[in-house]
Amino acid sequence: MQIPTSLIPTFNKLLPMHLSLSGNGEILHTGPTLEKLNICTNICGQNFLDLFTVSRPRNIKTIDALFASNGRNLHLHLRNDETVKLKGVIIPDADDDGGLINLSFGIGVIKAVTTFGLTSADFAPNDLTIEMLYLIEAKSAAMDESRKLNRRLQSARIVAEEKAFTDGLTGLKNRRAMDDLLKQLIDKGIPFALMHLDLDYFKAVNDTLGHAAGDHVLNRVAKILSEETRDSDTVARVGGDEFVVILPKNPPIEKIELFANRIIKRLQQPIPFKGDFCHVSVSAGTTISNFYTKPDVDQMLLDADLALYASKHKGRAAHTLYTGDLRKNETAGSETEASHQKIA
Amino acid sequence: MHGLINCALERFVRDTYGSPIWADVIRASNIEIDTFEAMLSYKNNITFQILTALSQTLEKPPGEVLEDIGMYLVSHSNNEALRRLMRFSGVTFEDFLYSLDDLHDRARLAVPDLTLPDLELLEEVGGQFELLVRANMPGIGFVLMGVLRAMADDYGALVFLEHKGNVANCEKLSISLLENSFSEGREFHLGRAVGE
Repeated sequence: MQIPTSLIPTFNKLLPMHLSLSGNGEILHTGPTLEKLNICTNICGQNFLDLFTVSRPRNIKTIDALFASNGRNLHLHLRNDETVKLKGVIIPDADDDGGLINLSFGIGVIKAVTTFGLTSADFAPNDLTIEMLYLIEAKSAAMDESRKLNRRLQSARIVAEEKAFTDGLTGLKNRRAMDDLLKQLIDKGIPFALMHLDLDYFKAVNDTLGHAAGDHVLNRVAKILSEETRDSDTVARVGGDEFVVILPKNPPIEKIELFANRIIKRLQQPIPFKGDFCHVSVSAGTTISNFYTKPDVDQMLLDADLALYASKHKGRAAHTLYTGDLRKNETAGSETEASHQKIA
Repeated sequence: MHGLINCALERFVRDTYGSPIWADVIRASNIEIDTFEAMLSYKNNITFQILTALSQTLEKPPGEVLEDIGMYLVSHSNNEALRRLMRFSGVTFEDFLYSLDDLHDRARLAVPDLTLPDLELLEEVGGQFELLVRANMPGIGFVLMGVLRAMADDYGALVFLEHKGNVANCEKLSISLLENSFSEGREFHLGRAVGE
């Protein structure tokens, strides 16, 4: 199909990637954008199928088959560079032999624009390619900002969580962190020991030497507890002068006793504070998840507490392991709460 | 106000005058935020408080500050992405002017909750244009004037711009396009270089 000379500017402007073919597949004319694809020095005069391969539909191997595809979507690539993929459609000339093929880059346009240095002038004025390129850049810029925001929010969340689970004064874990961990251990069925510790004579320190001294003592206790525990253990400050130590993986009872006694001994040393000495000690009670057929956080905390107050009854600076007997005494006496207040 | 706008303000001050000045502006504007997120939304009055404080801190009339912001938006090297998006609008500065009517919709395509002013270009004779800027953001016309000035440089066009005042939330700019290709202008390739 020979394009009349008078119409060539029209074809070049409106279909910058067209080719007109003769009946035997010879290229008679091409649009200006195709000249930029480094296909060969002189496209005109070559046979279309020597320069282009039709990859879909697969059975198009001859010029006749190509013309017979009349109006169907064609997937093509350059013979000299298979990475340059094109979309196309061929319309045979109704009167004459031959026909007109129009090509486009399809989704490969982003790569093609960079590879061949194309400009807006290489696309038809009403082609949406430029709008698409604009949209891709605009969306990736917006997406980039969103990604950055997500990253910042994520780190802020981690910091906030860390804060929410930390005791502000001592840097130990707080009650919320302890509750969380106990629930996890029970859910996962990991056996553990739960030790509840309460300082003795702490109120006296606060009353005589002031709150700064009290805070100093609490920090000292936190330091000792941290030093005496392993990385896998958790130490939490759960109240004014109450601490909980969680020892996972079921340490033997003798080890728990040794650990408690080390702490009790270290805390019996007076703590120097601004020329004065703070005298405190610690009472402790422990229960072990293996004591229960179905461990329950509240029950275990209650039992560790019971053991702790048994230590206070023993005269303080002592450690008690929970046994069922403690509970019997408790129900018999049923005045523990009141005596707790007194002793503490 | 969209976070992108507050963020642009913040970047303008930090990139042009430095972070200590930004800290001064924040202090003077009595807002409790010191850094903005581009993808969040903020109360409208925050933007105006910052602008007032900025004009006072820099001891420059608000119109001049706003115009500087507009210039900064498309000419600073940290905003190459925005400059590129603007250049997609046309091959010449004149093309670019004709595409301004679409700016509002183009911005929405990229960021659906971003509302930019409605622009209407009126053509007069001999390269003379009038641009109507309709928005609920007093002074936005000055920002646009800065953008136009920087884009003219970018395209290499010679223009004369003038702000003709604000009537009922409609600011009027007069644009005289003296020469479309006065200088080389800056390069623009449709494809982004790898890694950009």
